[in-house]
Amino acid sequence: MIPPAEPARRGILNWLLGLWGGGVVASVVYPVTRYLAPPEVPEAPTLSVGAGSAQTLAPNTGRVVPFGARPAIVIRTPAGELRAFAATCTHLDCTVQYRPDLQRIWCACHNGEYDLNGRNVAGPPPRPLDSYDVNVTGDEIVITRRA
Amino acid sequence: MRLRVWIDERLPLDDVLETLRHKRVPHHRYSVWYYFGGMTLFLFLIQVGTGALLLLYYRPSAAEAYESVQFIVSRVPFGWLVRSIHAWAANLMVASAFAHLFSVLFLHAYRRPRELTWISGLLLLLLTLAFGFTGYLLPWNTVSFFATRVGTDIAASVPVVGEGLVRFLRGGDDVTGATLTRLFGFHVAVLPGVATSLVALHLLLVQRHGMSIPPSIERRAADAGGIQSIPFLPHFLLRDLFAWTAVLAVLASLATFVPWELGAKADPFQPAPAGIRPEWYFLWAFETLKHVPPTVAGVNGELVAVALMGAVVLGAILLPLLVGASPRARAAVVWAGAGFLLFMSVMTGLALRAVTP
Repeated sequence: MIPPAEPARRGILNWLLGLWGGGVVASVVYPVTRYLAPPEVPEAPTLSVGAGSAQTLAPNTGRVVPFGARPAIVIRTPAGELRAFAATCTHLDCTVQYRPDLQRIWCACHNGEYDLNGRNVAGPPPRPLDSYDVNVTGDEIVITRRA
Repeated sequence: MRLRVWIDERLPLDDVLETLRHKRVPHHRYSVWYYFGGMTLFLFLIQVGTGALLLLYYRPSAAEAYESVQFIVSRVPFGWLVRSIHAWAANLMVASAFAHLFSVLFLHAYRRPRELTWISGLLLLLLTLAFGFTGYLLPWNTVSFFATRVGTDIAASVPVVGEGLVRFLRGGDDVTGATLTRLFGFHVAVLPGVATSLVALHLLLVQRHGMSIPPSIERRAADAGGIQSIPFLPHFLLRDLFAWTAVLAVLASLATFVPWELGAKADPFQPAPAGIRPEWYFLWAFETLKHVPPTVAGVNGELVAVALMGAVVLGAILLPLLVGASPRARAAVVWAGAGFLLFMSVMTGLALRAVTP
């Protein structure tokens, strides 16, 4: 005959065993999961960069320049006005370029198009490009993130 | 002879040989499709071998990756051949795996009791595509850089976890050297480990259940009083080896006469070049994404496309559990499979024809 205390003792042992197993699994899974997610690397936000000579940027052309870790595009419209935008396509992250024949900013990856104000006007991009302020100091184009 | 006895006492080799001697393979008008699984396996083995050779010289960092591949193809004796074979075999492996998948689908080989064989096979196909995607970035050239940016950014459209998933895949917010190291790790350690285990399971299941006989052949065989078969040893094995030799010949010719190009080194601050497109097996998805409008019925278009593709993949994985045993259900599978194949072909054709405006 099994003493009445036996099932209770077995239950406690099983519970302890489960706790032990769960603890082992958690002590492996938690650090591994945390390890897989890359840490945030603090980066001084780029507010303003020089984008090369204003004179060498002819009307109806564009130039891609680094803006911190990401690319920016500065264009001179056919009317001669300078404008700058984030050069990352809002569709799937490709880097855009200026197309003189279309007079538009164009993404080669999925054929997205933006007008001279950075508005998404054709193809799959869902949002306009972020625009930057443009100033010319001497001959240097300076583009600045809007506050 | 004494060595043989010594080994046999410790490993049941004789039992295995005896089983293989009695093993027979059905022989009918569709038997040719049986060879694609073996071909895919053969190409996988080539990838393991050439991949190990490339590892001897490859350096997985943004500063050195491109230069190390350049060194392999220009300075290392036969380096050009090893790299070209690795790249071409990857493409042939995807093609062979797709041919295997569709033949299994159209010949209804996923039926009971082979559900797990189908599921493990489909997971292997997804792993093959993952191998392709992770390996693509490793030479760190312009095309692979932008393909990886697009490919990883697609994950961002997944609700809730999308952003985290992109960071996980990229090792940060952007495609950088951290992405290269991460995808390299997946490509040479994580994926091969998982794939090898799944291949072992898949082969075990194929051995356990034998080759599937298509229902139409089964019906005809029942009328004729049995199905023809050939011995696995040596008949089927020799045919398999012949197919592998043919694949090797095709591979060597492609690698020699159409060597895989390296392209220009990736520059994160250059625009994506005109005419950029992914590998042929991702072209249908690439073309589909081009035609999806920014929003569909108020929902992000990308999300709709990704959800639909996800549903198709999930449906394909669970296919044997969803399809009944009736001939009508089987006919529906054939139509759905043919429809999807047609869709993939049309989209691929459109992508290939697309002329840069």
